[in-house]
Amino acid sequence: MARTRDESSPLFAGNAAGTLRLIGYLALALVLMVLDQRNGWLWRMRDTAAAVVEPVYRLAGLPAAGIHSLSAAFGDRQQLTEQNQRLRQDLLLANAKLNQMAAVAQQNAHLKELLDTRNSLGLKVQLARVVGVDLGAYRYRIMLNVGARDGVKPGQPVIDAHGVMGQVRDVLPTTSVVMLITDPSHAIPVVIARSGLRTVAYGSREGDQLTLPNIPLVADVRVGDQLLTSGIGGRFPPGFPVGRVISVAPASTGMFLVAQARPAADINRSDEVLLLHDQAEPEGPPAPAAPVGPPRDLAPVTAAIDARRGNAAQAASATNRPSSNEGMRR
Amino acid sequence: MSRYRDSRWWFIGTLAFALLLMLVPLPAALEPFKPYWPALCLLYWTLESEERVTLGLAFGVGLLADMFNGVLLGEQAMRLCAMVFIALRFRSRLRFFPMWQQTLAVLALLLNDRILLLVVRMLANEAMPPAQWWIAPFIGAALWPFLYLLLEDLRTRLRRQ
Repeated sequence: MARTRDESSPLFAGNAAGTLRLIGYLALALVLMVLDQRNGWLWRMRDTAAAVVEPVYRLAGLPAAGIHSLSAAFGDRQQLTEQNQRLRQDLLLANAKLNQMAAVAQQNAHLKELLDTRNSLGLKVQLARVVGVDLGAYRYRIMLNVGARDGVKPGQPVIDAHGVMGQVRDVLPTTSVVMLITDPSHAIPVVIARSGLRTVAYGSREGDQLTLPNIPLVADVRVGDQLLTSGIGGRFPPGFPVGRVISVAPASTGMFLVAQARPAADINRSDEVLLLHDQAEPEGPPAPAAPVGPPRDLAPVTAAIDARRGNAAQAASATNRPSSNEGMRR
Repeated sequence: MSRYRDSRWWFIGTLAFALLLMLVPLPAALEPFKPYWPALCLLYWTLESEERVTLGLAFGVGLLADMFNGVLLGEQAMRLCAMVFIALRFRSRLRFFPMWQQTLAVLALLLNDRILLLVVRMLANEAMPPAQWWIAPFIGAALWPFLYLLLEDLRTRLRRQ
């Protein structure tokens, strides 16, 4: 950094050189901001400087981790015993429910097979830990300790034990940033479990609520209704709890109902989360089965026909690939 | 010579520590009260040793801060530049203010900084932050006398050795 010293702090008036330099730097900053807004330079820069940036994140996350482990180390023995007891009970309950569900799941799989749709009950997940780092975005984002090296990709849904938390936004080699569903610029397609009404839940300014701003006036929405992911848009798999409606009121325009919901996930408290691996089912009808013709050895031996058939099959599989895997980012 | 090097390391160390403090999260309840540490640290050094703090340094620190926890590259660089410019301009007067007046000046600088940030965020089409967002400058100003005295004390000790 150049250290120039050509002004000696005048008592009452500044000189023009300082002002000019300020204007220069401000212009440079503005250019950087515009370029970053357009091209996302910040993340490219972080990507290239990952070797420096990531250890700093780990270092900054140490106090939070330290407090966490301290509370575990010096925690009341009784408190820990109680917690253990409670977890055991929870596990027992969950296992009992799972056993009950197993039969239903099997039945579901069987029915789906009959209907020839894909099975969506298998859950491919990856456990990740939240790194306690302040990302300067007012609680709308969290950082995880897994990254591109662990196979994380932007757009992956993130859940905790209670519901959907958000989606992966940016990925560095060993860390990744998650955009929470409460971020004002995040939207998630939901369905109201009781009435089946589909709508979209946006984040809100306060950072601990969801807003559903465009529900039709005649729609049946009540306080306490559960919101599930609808799976539309293909980013979040259907059927995960998103939140619970806490208030419903007509919008100021009088054209819609506006509902507020509290997220189901423990957004401020979770320290371990699950990353889903490409769970979303493709939209649209399932791909038709490959045409089954007579066995190959019965075919007349002409290379031209074979080649044409091969081309046709390729084209068919290409057109049937799901096309709408786009995210629901506003 | 080694004394000079020591004091330079001390200077760089405080700035790096301020950047690190900026990244360390507070419990959710205290989150809106977190002061903007790099700004406070830069202000201290602006008042204390003018020859070290230039607009270029402020820009560099801001860029680093942006890289670590920025929403937009260049945002903190701009804010810190503006702040250091104002502080440098009024440095001779700020230095001889009594502590309470200095604290008020720091409060004004921090509030100005928040307004700049708000303008940038609005231009970038982001949502308005909640009301508690405005508490942080007051906390920063309230901490200023203690920070100033602490850093001053550490510096004189370092010099005496």
